[in-house]
Amino acid sequence: MEIIRTEDLTYTYPISSKPAFRDVSITIDKGEFVLLTGPSGCGKTTLCRCFNGLIPHFYSGKLEGEIMVAGLRVPDHPIHELAQHVGLVFQNPENQLFALSVEKDVAFGLENLGLPRDEIRERVDWALKVTGIYDLKDRAPYELSGGQQQRVAIASILAMRPEVIVLDEPTSFLDPLGAQKIFEVIDRLNKRLGITIILVEHRLDLASKYADRVIIMNEGRVVLNGRPRDVFISDEAQLVGVGIPKATMLYKLLRENGIELGRVPITAEEASQMIREALTHDRG
Amino acid sequence: MIEVEDLYFTYPSGVEALRGITLTIRDGEFVAIMGQNGAGKTTLVKHFNGLLKPTKGSVKIDGVDTTKASVAELARKVGFVFQNPDHQLFCETVEDEISFALKNFGFDEDAIKDRVDWALNLLDLTRYRNISPFMLSGGERKRVALASVLAWDPKILILDEPTIGQDYEQKERLRNFIVQLNAQGKTVIIVTHDIEFVAECKPRVILMAEGRVIADGDPHEILTNPNLVSKASLILPETTRILLGLRGMEQSGRLARVIDVYEAGRILTAMLRDQG
Ligand SMILES: Nc1ncnc2c1ncn2[C@@H]1O[C@H](COP(=O)(O)OP(=O)(O)OP(=O)(O)O)[C@@H](O)[C@H]1O
Ligand SMILES: Nc1ncnc2c1ncn2[C@@H]1O[C@H](COP(=O)(O)OP(=O)(O)OP(=O)(O)O)[C@@H](O)[C@H]1O
Ligand SMILES: [Mg+2]
Ligand SMILES: [Mg+2]
Repeated sequence: MEIIRTEDLTYTYPISSKPAFRDVSITIDKGEFVLLTGPSGCGKTTLCRCFNGLIPHFYSGKLEGEIMVAGLRVPDHPIHELAQHVGLVFQNPENQLFALSVEKDVAFGLENLGLPRDEIRERVDWALKVTGIYDLKDRAPYELSGGQQQRVAIASILAMRPEVIVLDEPTSFLDPLGAQKIFEVIDRLNKRLGITIILVEHRLDLASKYADRVIIMNEGRVVLNGRPRDVFISDEAQLVGVGIPKATMLYKLLRENGIELGRVPITAEEASQMIREALTHDRG
Repeated sequence: MIEVEDLYFTYPSGVEALRGITLTIRDGEFVAIMGQNGAGKTTLVKHFNGLLKPTKGSVKIDGVDTTKASVAELARKVGFVFQNPDHQLFCETVEDEISFALKNFGFDEDAIKDRVDWALNLLDLTRYRNISPFMLSGGERKRVALASVLAWDPKILILDEPTIGQDYEQKERLRNFIVQLNAQGKTVIIVTHDIEFVAECKPRVILMAEGRVIADGDPHEILTNPNLVSKASLILPETTRILLGLRGMEQSGRLARVIDVYEAGRILTAMLRDQG
């Protein structure tokens, strides 16, 4: 069942001469985990702003084509209504934090949903714990390090558990172990609760193994859309300048030297296994 | 040269962010400071250009204590690019943003024009010259922040998370540029979580945890040490993780300190051909 559909969607910021993205037609099914990537400036953040209605309701400018999210035509429904279905973790965490304490920031959205006290308490504690900031709950957001702030921004969206979670480079400030833990939490929400995930990332080494699908944009257009393996191995991905996982890169380097590993690996584990096989096999 | 001597720093709120740091960074070094969120990396580097002053201990830049150096002198010598570009950008256009510091430092008009052109080109921003930085994407804003500091050619460069928001190609440009600067004798200090970028650049690595330095040295040694890496809340570089899975195989010792995918490719090709 589809949860997001765009048809020939084109958007131009006010006073801009050319669209930030154009003719985007994609369908995302309920429960999918989609990785959205592409060069800096290709339109990823702008597209994400359409999913929760910031475009066209907050940013004016010109939106053409169709966009449906959770059964709602985005231009016809206000942001606060869309927010009940779609949560967006901003690229810059500071733009999302405003309350006087970490805990209040995370609770804010839940209070607006009108949930019972106990449920709010339980969800806030859970979100603070899975993002590793429980000990910081009484701190002011502006007295935190960059990565700690980003964790607050993530926690406040996770706590809401909306049908769709859109994360715009959510780990850019996180230490690698922290990033991995966040991806695991998102993956669990996706697998257990069927929450649809759209993850914007440049660093694909960590993220690609969770994704059902990868969408690559370039210069405002969707240029590749498919299974991670197929997308990363394509020459076009390299041309666009996307940093494919090291596992896939090693596969390609060996292939250039006349060594075929068989299947295309995207994770370190897969690559090790295939190389082990090649090393043992050759000996026999 | 940067000399840090038993440095402690406590924020007014009472958080003790640095707890006894001693280190020296010589002219022309390329250093990456890494470690968990909240470890104190940003707090440490803010001492290098005098934005913060020690609670205890001292920081000297070229022999001058930062509590005694003039702000202007330090600013000219030490260029600092903030973790979050929005803390740095305030002008109406990208061009104004880049020329701002140049004007302050008293460069003449021709020199300013040359340097602005050069920096715009370097960071792939020429097409945004007359646009407001606030109408740019996250990665583009980060590059404007980088351009505005690189333009005045400081002797010591501090880049807090320079690869944030950058795609593979932009990172390659940045890497080449840093290597070039380094070759000219500039000191480059990056604070970063981007383990793959560090594995490609191979700078001296300083790991921090809880306000202290827990390792300092060669990237091949540090980034392949699972114990240290997890203490600093990092993970092993992807290439190293692939190679770790080959442990125990014949000749796998040749791969023990490899962090970069091209080197791995060369060695594995040789190993597979040897056997074939
Ligand atoms: N508020 C704005 N007003 C006008 N133009 C904008 C605005 N925000 C972004 N743009 C432009 O729209 C294009 C797409 O920007 P967007 O932020 O969607 O890119 P992105 O793919 O998210 O890039 P990054 O990876 O650097 O975050 C860019 O050319 C950018 O300069
Ligand atoms: N303005 C501030 N006021 C009070 N405490 C602060 C402030 N800025 C940072 N801290 C605290 O000081 C400690 C060190 O923060 P710092 O910003 O140096 O960390 P960092 O290593 O740069 O982390 P990150 O990787 O998340 O950017 C953290 O515990 C943080 O919460
Ligand atoms: Mg973006
Ligand atoms: Mg920091």
